Amino acid sequence: MTVALETHDLVMRFGGFLATNRVNLQVARGARHALIGPNGAGKTTLVNLMTGVLSPTEGRIVLEGHDITAVPIAARVGLGIARTFQINQLFPSMSPLEAVSLAVAQRAGRSAGIWRGFGALPEIVDEAADILEGLHLADAMTERSDRLPYGKQRALELALALASRPKVLLLDEPAAGVPEGERHEILDIVASLPRDVSILLIEHDMDLVFSFAEKISVLVQGAVFLEGSAREIAADRRVREVYLGESADG
Amino acid sequence: MSEIVGNSRERARRSAAASSRWRLPELAFWGCAVAAIFLLPSRHLLLNEIAIVGLFAMSIDLILGYAGIVSLGHAAFFGVGAYAAGLLAKSGYVEPASGLLFAGAIAATVGFSASFLVIRGSDLTRLMVTLGVALVFVEVANRFESVTGGVDGLLGISMGPILGLFEFDFGGTTAYCYSLCVLFVMFLIARRIVNSPFGTSLRALKENRMRAGAIGIPTAKRIVAVYSISAGFAGIAGALLAQTTAFVSLEVLDFARSADGLLILVIGGSGYLYGGIIGSIAFALMRDALSTLTPAYWLFWMGAILVALVVVGRERIVDCAKALSLRVRGQPK
Ligand SMILES: Nc1ncnc2c1ncn2[C@@H]1O[C@H](COP(=O)(O)OP(=O)(O)OP(=O)(O)O)[C@@H](O)[C@H]1O
Ligand SMILES: [Mg+2]
Repeated sequence: MTVALETHDLVMRFGGFLATNRVNLQVARGARHALIGPNGAGKTTLVNLMTGVLSPTEGRIVLEGHDITAVPIAARVGLGIARTFQINQLFPSMSPLEAVSLAVAQRAGRSAGIWRGFGALPEIVDEAADILEGLHLADAMTERSDRLPYGKQRALELALALASRPKVLLLDEPAAGVPEGERHEILDIVASLPRDVSILLIEHDMDLVFSFAEKISVLVQGAVFLEGSAREIAADRRVREVYLGESADG
Repeated sequence: MSEIVGNSRERARRSAAASSRWRLPELAFWGCAVAAIFLLPSRHLLLNEIAIVGLFAMSIDLILGYAGIVSLGHAAFFGVGAYAAGLLAKSGYVEPASGLLFAGAIAATVGFSASFLVIRGSDLTRLMVTLGVALVFVEVANRFESVTGGVDGLLGISMGPILGLFEFDFGGTTAYCYSLCVLFVMFLIARRIVNSPFGTSLRALKENRMRAGAIGIPTAKRIVAVYSISAGFAGIAGALLAQTTAFVSLEVLDFARSADGLLILVIGGSGYLYGGIIGSIAFALMRDALSTLTPAYWLFWMGAILVALVVVGRERIVDCAKALSLRVRGQPK
């Protein structure tokens, strides 16, 4: 197994509160890896640490063998890490087209250009249009992001992450709050990404988790409580109690 | 399927191209500015001042309206530009257009150095930092009297003809034409900038800095860049004032100038590039009208109008005015 992204004894303290407790997590190249755990377990915090939104109190983060613990958030995107946020983080007044065009331009090294507008960068705009098309956002691409229905905003979250053509994609409950019927749609798009993209998915809906993940890590109170193949986790008594017993309110 | 793909690309391209297209009101706006040369021959000095202040407010718009960076000290760069242009002319290099470039470059360099102070921090810390920097500049200019003339100002500036062709005149006609040309060129540059990917990345970091970082935008670099550009714009505005009035005093660095610039931008509206110029016109008109009506209290009314603008919101006032004017003209709807 080649490891794409890994953490070494990662610790995050908020004041006296231990949100991440010596986490050693490995995301393999091409992984379809799910991270589950109860509310407040520290899943989002872990993604924030991996992407550079937070700096760890202790420990290291390693991408393809390179220590990136001190690399700032934007530079990590350049190295191939992208994410979605549990709570939408969009550009309210921008249209999906503008936002995704910007993200594509950034990846293509064109976002610092001050002379040519997007009107003169058709290859950037085309790529953005294709991404939006793939996420069923084509019809809404010129509307303001803050006026989109919630499901479309979720899709835009994903579009922004995909625009950077990540090697490692960290998805923090991408389908949270999306109506039942559209949830599978979003996960299908994720599942259809190229096989060499490594994906870590945080998700509470165990149906989605088991249909997507090959490997599952269970986080409890900031620490990795259990790890294994989807089959092993599904068979675990404790996990069954916590999740499958109560999956109705998942 | 491929037809649909082609269709959405088509629409995307069209929408991307449309965002930088000229609109009729814009052309009318600049047409009026040119027409003013002929229609208001006795007001060229005032028009010159409006253009300069408009350019200065536009420079603030670049950082505030696009990147969301507040400043209470932008006069620092206006002043640097004014002194740079004034001192250059006094040293014997009297051609204005190249002097303007020189002054703009100096101001942008100073802005670049100062930008590192505004990368981080909240709006409040930025207000304090920019204010502080501007105050330091005033004191420095005051102290180095031998260079700046101190409180007496920089006297004895005499400018040559613009590009060796156009002499300045007492009525301010050359001055206004010159300032209008410079304003237009700077506007074209700003327009390019804000419609570019760079400009979009500024809006991104204004609207959601964490997300901007999470799509890979190096937000600190962007702030440094736009702050330097904005300082250059402000410096050119200051240089215009120095060249067209042949005088530079400490007043160019004054806090009141920073505050007026901000106020003018708020009056005209930020984030669409015309706000600074429109605000500058409105400010001059209001000052004129109010100071004739109530010479002693015009600032009171100016303040009241500002409060109304901010509290009620410009959009709502504009909407009301539109609705009113429609009703007055007897067109329901
Ligand atoms: N910035 C912060 N400051 C203080 N405490 C925080 C901060 N961020 C998270 N926490 C705390 O850390 C713990 C873990 O939070 P986190 O958001 O990582 O949980 P989670 O596993 O993502 O939960 P959920 O399933 O509800 O999204 C929570 O108790 C939370 O209150
Ligand atoms: Mg979470």
